Amino acid sequence: MNQPVKPPARRAGACCCDSGAGRDEVAVAGSVEAAAAAQSATAACGCGEAGRPRTYRYGSAPCVDGVVDSGGGPVRRVSTRLTPRDRHGAWRVRWGLGRDDYRVQPGLYAVGSPGAEAPVLVSANYKLSFDRLRAAADGLSAWLLVVDTRGINVWCAAGKGTFSAAEINRMVEQTKLAAVVDHRRLVLPQLAAPGVAAHEVKKGSGFRAVFGPLRAADLPAFLAGGMTATPQMRAVSFDLGERLVLAPVELSVALRPLALALSAGVLGISALGRGGPSLRRAIRQGGPAIGAAWVALLGGGLVTPALLPWLPGRALSAKGATVGAALAAGCVLVLRPRLSGAAMVSVLAGVPAATSYVAMNFTGSTPYTSPSGVQREMRRALPFQVAGAAVAVVAGVLAKVAR
Amino acid sequence: MKGLRYIENAVTLQLDVDRCSGCGLCVDVCPHAVFALDGKKAALADRGACMECGACALNCVAGAITLTPGVGCAAAIMRGWITGSEPSCDCGGAC
Repeated sequence: MNQPVKPPARRAGACCCDSGAGRDEVAVAGSVEAAAAAQSATAACGCGEAGRPRTYRYGSAPCVDGVVDSGGGPVRRVSTRLTPRDRHGAWRVRWGLGRDDYRVQPGLYAVGSPGAEAPVLVSANYKLSFDRLRAAADGLSAWLLVVDTRGINVWCAAGKGTFSAAEINRMVEQTKLAAVVDHRRLVLPQLAAPGVAAHEVKKGSGFRAVFGPLRAADLPAFLAGGMTATPQMRAVSFDLGERLVLAPVELSVALRPLALALSAGVLGISALGRGGPSLRRAIRQGGPAIGAAWVALLGGGLVTPALLPWLPGRALSAKGATVGAALAAGCVLVLRPRLSGAAMVSVLAGVPAATSYVAMNFTGSTPYTSPSGVQREMRRALPFQVAGAAVAVVAGVLAKVAR
Repeated sequence: MKGLRYIENAVTLQLDVDRCSGCGLCVDVCPHAVFALDGKKAALADRGACMECGACALNCVAGAITLTPGVGCAAAIMRGWITGSEPSCDCGGAC
């Protein structure tokens, strides 16, 4: 569907789900003791264009612990220590609660006591990204240049094109960075590369863009090694912890209005019967259907990601179908005495189909699935998933009517 | 990415070695070690690991790299199919 194109690489491999993304991103944020003060302090932000917020809840005050003088004027210094409040915030953002609050005021910040030769580390204005950066910078003296990515993490913003050479050049100009440092070098997160052409930064700002390590945590070693990265610093990883931390992104689907409305619909239909609607009937007959949906959701959104490297096949839909088949078989074995034949068919067809679908959607959270590959697996898997769901619905209705 | 390989034969990445200037930036920006420097030119060391993020092509001044970049996200691709637009991450903060 797409013509092969060269540069304008406008979209990146991972989705905005902060998959690998969460990693080396940057954002300014912090404890909230000073939140009220922050509100007024941050209103002074100079980016008043349409569509941009004028205030940043996590803008400046919460983690600002001082001011550093520079050739370009005073620069706010931020703490390199994360507070329990920061960690709680990271949990909230992954469950999709108050995501819009996770913008950080773009601009120049300092850690430690940087001078005119101190390195400039660039990042996105997403709180989780900024927190990773400032925590990684503990013990360093450096300048942090936070560009406006609309509160989106580094990788996704690069993919969308908001983390771009043009935006970096704009912020270099706006912060008068050339007066702050004597050198002309910016350290960019490696994952900004899908959106930032290093030669465009050089052309537009005069600063040479160096792609730093993929993970902010490797920054001290990268800087100590004379800005050279080991192959390990360049390679994305997706270990068990990284896979599970993203599970809420998928699981929170269950809490969305559409899912709740569907559950209510199933309960409503289940309540119908001879002698008028009954709550007991709704729970007895509709409960298992909703339970099966939860099994599929957990199978595709939690079990499949956890077991990812060990499940057979390469397509995530195939891996999910395997998990779903095992779960469906387990459900039928356990509930056999209480399930009619039609209900068993419904579970055996519906759970693997739904698990496969949920697992396929986890492609958006992985840092290794190519769009060409995802399209191929979708073309193959969707017919099976739709057929499985159709069989499940028909069998479920038959099971209901038979009662 | 130990133990995790995705569907490899759909990848659109192409490298025109004749155009390569040997700057090595593709090696630096690739998160999957797809490239390696072979003498003074880039080479495809592991083409199948490419996730088509587009970082290499965007940063290749010589124009030696071509690929179809995009989001490897089923929800985004489906939205693209339904709305007839390019797949994008703009899921309203939902994904």
